[in-house]
Parts: sequence; C-alpha cells; structure tokens
Amino acid sequence: MPFVAPTLRLSLAQYRGIVAHCYDGLPSEACGVLAGPVEGAGEPTGDVTEIYACTNADASARTYTVDSRDLLRAMRDAESRGEELIGVWHSHTHTDAYPSETDVRQAMEPNWVYVLVSLKQAEPVVRAYRIRDGNTAEIDVDVAGL
Amino acid sequence: MAVDVKLPTLLRVHAGGESSVAADGATVGEVFADLIAHHPGLASNLLGDDGALHKFVNVYRNDDDIRYLDALATLVADGDVISILPAVAGG
Repeated sequence: MPFVAPTLRLSLAQYRGIVAHCYDGLPSEACGVLAGPVEGAGEPTGDVTEIYACTNADASARTYTVDSRDLLRAMRDAESRGEELIGVWHSHTHTDAYPSETDVRQAMEPNWVYVLVSLKQAEPVVRAYRIRDGNTAEIDVDVAGL
Repeated sequence: MAVDVKLPTLLRVHAGGESSVAADGATVGEVFADLIAHHPGLASNLLGDDGALHKFVNVYRNDDDIRYLDALATLVADGDVISILPAVAGG
C-alpha cells in the first residue's frame, strides 16, 4: 500500500496545547490523540478538529501507553461529530522527534498520523510521520500563524 | 443477547469496512466467537494463541474495561455496546 501523505494542519492553539501537555508530563513521556475528518477508506485529510490530552498509563520517561479509558472517551467524542481519531502524539524527553524502534513496532494504525514532540532542546521540535508495515515516512506539519 | 461491536479502524478491513457490527452471545467470549465465525480475519487480532484476550487490544463493555470485570467471561445484555480499542503505545 503506498503512503498517502497529507499535511498535518494544526491551529496555533492546538499546537500549543500539544506542546504544553508534553511539558506538563515531565519527567514522563506525555501522550494524546487527534481527531479529524477522514475520506475514502479512512484516510485522514490532515485537518485536526480536536486534540485530547491523555494520561500516559505507563507513567514512564521511556514508554507511553494511551490510557484506554481516555482513548474510548476521545473516540466517542470524535464519532459523535462523524469524525475519527486520526493520530496520536507523544513526547520524547531526551531524544529527537523521530519514531523509536518501539514506536515503529507498536504503530498499529496504518492510517494514523504519528506526531513526535522532542523536548531535548530548549525549544520543542514537533514532527509527524506515517508508519506502515515497519516503514516510516515524514509528513509536513503546518501550524497556522506560526 | 444481541450487542453492537465497535471496531477500531485497523480491524475494519476484516469486517467488510464496517465500523460497527452486530453479534450475539451471552458473554464477551461468545460474542467474539460469533464475530469471528462471520469475520474470520478478526481471530488473530482479538485473541492470542492461548485463546485469551490479545494483549494489544482493550475491550470495553459499555463504560467498563472487561479486564477489570470477568475478561472474556464478562456477561453481556441486549443492547450493550462492546468497544474494541487498539493499544496505542510506543517508546
């Protein structure tokens, strides 16, 4: 299956919300999910209508698991608007904004956008990827007004 | 008991693309058996080799995680919604 690479489009408020949740989670990794419209066979358009800050059930600086109750709540909210969850973000506290081997191995949803937030430097770095069958492809992130 | 089973996007390919399918059973395990009988591709995604719930999925009966109820022996009632969620995790 070829990669379809939408541009991930975030509002400034969504971008700030994602980054703030990552700093709030320190020293652990932080995570959350994104909702937006999909087309065709569930391909996200790249638009994000809602961000859901979730609990990292692992409470770990090295791994994350989105709390399943938070996930269920986000999924229901998205579906109530006729949308889907389209991706997940998590922080890397001391490494780059690139999917780790664990991230690639555990990426379950081929249609999702995987957003990495690196807090390694003084300024946060936000990058997004598709991960499918063990392959990783970066996609553009467009933040309105940034 | 007739219940509605909600599938995450990654499993819909095994169920004709549907996001939600009807199934029958008195327990979650029976509902899964009915689901798998109609959609065999779901089997390896729902259950491990030992027949227990796959560790990469979470299953809710309405608002309750079945791991904290009776797992696959959890009883279901007519009209319950069984939600299957992927484990969203990484490092």
